[in-house]
Amino acid sequence: MATSSERSPPPFPDSEDQYVLDSEEVGGRDCDEEDGEDLFMSAIEPPLTDTTLPTASQTSDDLLKPPSDIMNNPLNEPASGQTQNKPASAAVSEHSDDFIDLTNNVVATLKDATEISLDEPSDDFVDLLGSETEPPREEVVLADVSVEAVMGKSEVAGSDTDSPGDGKQEAKESSPVPIIDLSESSSSNTQQPPGTDKVFDPLADLLNDSPLITDAKNPRSTTTDPFIDEGSDLFSEPWQTKSAKQPQKSLFGEPDEDLFGEPLHTISKKTLNKEQKNKPVTTKAAADDTINITGPLQESKPVEPADLFSEEAVASAPSISNTSKASAVNAKTNGVLSEEDTDIFAEATVELSLDSPRTERKKEVIDKPSATALSLSAAASLTMPQAAALEELEEVEEEEQEDKFDIYVSVKDPEKIGDGMNAYMAYKVSTQTTLAMFRNKTFTVRRRFSDFLGLYEKLSEKHGPNGFIVPPPPEKSILGMTKVKVGKDDSSAADFVERRRGALERYLQRVVNHPSLLQDPDVREFLEREELPRAVSTQALSGAGFLKMINKATDAVSKMTIKMNESDVWFEEKLQEVESADQHFRKLHTLVESLVIHRKELSLNTASFAKSAAMLGSAEDNTALSRALSQLAEVEDKMEQLHQDQAANDTFSFAELIADFIRLLGAVRGSFDQRMKAWQRWQDAQAMLQKKRETEAKLLWANKPDKLQLAKEEIAEWEAKVTQYERDFERVSATVRKEVIRFEKEKAKHFKRQIVKYLESLLQSQQQLIKYWEAFLPEAKAIA
Amino acid sequence: MRSVSVDLNNDASLLIDIPDALCERDKVKFTVHTKTTLSTFQKPEFSVPRQHEDFIWLHDTLVETEDYAGLIIPPAPPKPDFESPREKMHKLGEGEATMTKEEYAKMKQELEAEYLAVFKKTVQVHEIFLQRLSSHPMLSKDRNFQIFLEYDQDLSVRRKNAKEMFGGFFKNMVKSADEVLISGIKEVDDFFEQEKTFLLDYYSKIKDSTAKAEKMTRSHKSTTWNFFYLFIFLTLKLGKLSDLFEKLRKVEGRVASDQELKLTELLRYYMRDIQAAKDLLYRRARALADYENSNKALDKARLKSKDIPQAEEHQQQCLHKFDKLSESGKRELTGFKGRRVVAFRKNLIEMAELEIKHAKVSNIMTGSHAERVLLDSCVASDLSNSTWDPY
Repeated sequence: MATSSERSPPPFPDSEDQYVLDSEEVGGRDCDEEDGEDLFMSAIEPPLTDTTLPTASQTSDDLLKPPSDIMNNPLNEPASGQTQNKPASAAVSEHSDDFIDLTNNVVATLKDATEISLDEPSDDFVDLLGSETEPPREEVVLADVSVEAVMGKSEVAGSDTDSPGDGKQEAKESSPVPIIDLSESSSSNTQQPPGTDKVFDPLADLLNDSPLITDAKNPRSTTTDPFIDEGSDLFSEPWQTKSAKQPQKSLFGEPDEDLFGEPLHTISKKTLNKEQKNKPVTTKAAADDTINITGPLQESKPVEPADLFSEEAVASAPSISNTSKASAVNAKTNGVLSEEDTDIFAEATVELSLDSPRTERKKEVIDKPSATALSLSAAASLTMPQAAALEELEEVEEEEQEDKFDIYVSVKDPEKIGDGMNAYMAYKVSTQTTLAMFRNKTFTVRRRFSDFLGLYEKLSEKHGPNGFIVPPPPEKSILGMTKVKVGKDDSSAADFVERRRGALERYLQRVVNHPSLLQDPDVREFLEREELPRAVSTQALSGAGFLKMINKATDAVSKMTIKMNESDVWFEEKLQEVESADQHFRKLHTLVESLVIHRKELSLNTASFAKSAAMLGSAEDNTALSRALSQLAEVEDKMEQLHQDQAANDTFSFAELIADFIRLLGAVRGSFDQRMKAWQRWQDAQAMLQKKRETEAKLLWANKPDKLQLAKEEIAEWEAKVTQYERDFERVSATVRKEVIRFEKEKAKHFKRQIVKYLESLLQSQQQLIKYWEAFLPEAKAIA
Repeated sequence: MRSVSVDLNNDASLLIDIPDALCERDKVKFTVHTKTTLSTFQKPEFSVPRQHEDFIWLHDTLVETEDYAGLIIPPAPPKPDFESPREKMHKLGEGEATMTKEEYAKMKQELEAEYLAVFKKTVQVHEIFLQRLSSHPMLSKDRNFQIFLEYDQDLSVRRKNAKEMFGGFFKNMVKSADEVLISGIKEVDDFFEQEKTFLLDYYSKIKDSTAKAEKMTRSHKSTTWNFFYLFIFLTLKLGKLSDLFEKLRKVEGRVASDQELKLTELLRYYMRDIQAAKDLLYRRARALADYENSNKALDKARLKSKDIPQAEEHQQQCLHKFDKLSESGKRELTGFKGRRVVAFRKNLIEMAELEIKHAKVSNIMTGSHAERVLLDSCVASDLSNSTWDPY
């Protein structure tokens, strides 16, 4: 239930979800993954849910406690979570608070994190931030998951313990049973659990149950149940690792972990924890086991991913890397059920806690009253609507997060091949990845510009109609290319090539960072295959190009003729935003471009002044002054370089980025158009159906039974089509919505990264400037 | 920071400044304020209104005074040029319809600031002119100068009419032709020979440098302006970053104007000063030529045994004049050299210090801002959000 509601965007509740799952392979996979994650999460999340409001004294106690407690709590709590259903978010928020001053400043924690990360390169930094901003959503997801978990638990509880209330009590009383069950459930999935087998059932129940719930909506999920189960385990770790990963990256060393760990303890303040401590160990063990299984395989790397995971891996590429990382982390701690493990988990939870406290608090408010009294289902229903609203966003973010880390594509070494007008530029496309879907970890291929265009053509043909925003490559530039072809080795040609190289690189990165596009076989082929069949249709003057032009023209005409009465305010608003953003970006682009031009001019003028100053210095008869003047000339020379660098910096940090976004906005608009087209198809089909019905009525009136049969068939056919098209439309709408949100996130992130980069370079050039002038100052003072 | 390009050894006996100026359409009225202990003035302190043309008149009379032929007459201040800011103002008025109110207000403010800067600069060059006169031992005693300072009515100097303008132009032509002619005369004094070649060379170099520096500052300024446009645009879009852009732009603007003040103005001033020194050399060369001519005339007279005493007298006069010119010229040129070095030193140091200061300021600003951007995770979303916002 929860999953379905989560997926569906508010406006189109259930039906969309189905569509997504059914029709889109990719989507389906994603869903599966997510389910798995959710399930998994449920196992993990319980800890979060368990914790209730911490008191200071308790927190201190908790701090003292070993990290293992944390683990235990989570696991134990699921049991309590069943009945209490306390929102994970509450606990999470508290975690963060405790983390630093035990006060409720989530912000403070965030800041700290950022400060720590300041030392590191900006990229990590950005990631951190990104993750931070994302967290709120994730939390929601978690909450949802927890709900599911709760549901699952309820069943578990049903099987193991008679009533949820019992489970709770037991948990509080340090009843090991529920805890063990959970752990076992995880272990059972992986089928490794030696001692914990007893409670096997509950786990299975949990896993199975959730799938079942989703089954109603997803036929797929049922089929993949086994996977899901395993997946859930796998995923659960990935989750943690994901979250854990970032902290680690960001130099959150162990000390940080400790900090985090403490908060967790505090979270667990609930009396349950203390006694539960014992339990955690067992749960940990279970977790470890599962991890271990996966660990070695993944660690050894994609080489032998064949086992259980391989399938999953293929299905969900992004998750694989995570799992692998997770496994790596786990591997370290494998045999030992030591504190390290707990640390990892703690981190994971902490990360979650970083997420927005608001949503969680809300939930708290809602949940608390219901927690004890309400039945599991009731609680679930309460949390669900909220979660549903944010779900999409979260999903998107999750995807992003997952994607970013495991594949990196670079475009390098532009090289001119051939002579004259047949010359073309070839680029080295190097890929670094840990994804199992690729045969190697790193590989390099040579691609020419038209190959990039060809890739885009294929992708947009395939995914455009589904409402995906397919990142567009840089436009063909006959002027620029001619310059290159003519072979003038002047700076403008080099500039052009460098700009294009950068644009192509960003284009490819956008493609591979898109979870759905990455799955596309054409993308893989593009990255991996040595020889690519030449893309013919991309030539501007070819027949295909001509056809394309005609298509575009007809599209434009039909777009004008379609009068869509927009039923969804969201789309209307977004479309307007896109249009105005487009305008703004264009204006901004011209401004930045002219800034660049001015800067170049400035650097030219500075250079000529430097020369002139040098001459003046040579003419000066006062030796000291002459020296100073030639020093001045040198300084100005360096300034010229600075101006030039700054101009390049402006170009690449801003102008190009903005150009990218102008292109991307075009793609966004394209996706809106696709949605409109789908709508139009649906409407047309409806009109047709109406017509058929009318003819049927007429036939009925005319009493022509022979034709009547035919008409009826036609109606049935058209009815099917109408529903089909309606589904299509809703599916496209959902995708567009998701894509637009993703796009916005991406945009914010990119801009931020660029700005940080820009500021850094600015800082650097300013420092250079200071250095130059400071070197000059004594010279000036030496004039006597 | 006043006193642009010259180091003036202000002696307290005659202090001149321009505390105030009024701009009326194309005329600028300067208030020239004098404080003195000299008995030649009726009052110890007084202020008079003067226009740019009055300064030019003063300069011209000084140049034309025979007695000062051996001196470097301080170059006249350039005509106030309010054209470029005025033009921009005009453009702004035209573009008013296409801009938002905030844009217009910002722009206007900016233009006014620029206008003010030009105005200040103009006042300053006029002030420097007077100060150099006042600090000169001979020129400060000049009657016309004292009238200029003291006469409390409008000088109502007769503006040059077209014929005179043409005459001036013609005179220049003759002068440069003459310069070529007399350049053939053999120099008798090594010092002047060296000075001459140096000044000629230096003049061409400094002229070039001035032009280049002007170009540089101009493009620096237009970059600043561009920054400004960008900033205006960004303000409406991304609140927080625009803050930085605004500050950076201001600093950048200051860098540009300081550069102009310290470097370009310095070069420009010394270009004119060297021109004045060259004029001195010309006058001396002219005197030398006169002297040689008079020698020839004396020879001729002796040959003809006619008018010998007159010719002798004339020859003596010329010699005397030439000697006087050489003597004071030598003094002036040496003084000029010292003055130039001091002025360059002062300005270059100041410029370097200002550059460092500005760079540091902007560095700190950028740094703190970068930190803020990093710390404040909202900026990113802010950015995107506000970028999305339509006006």
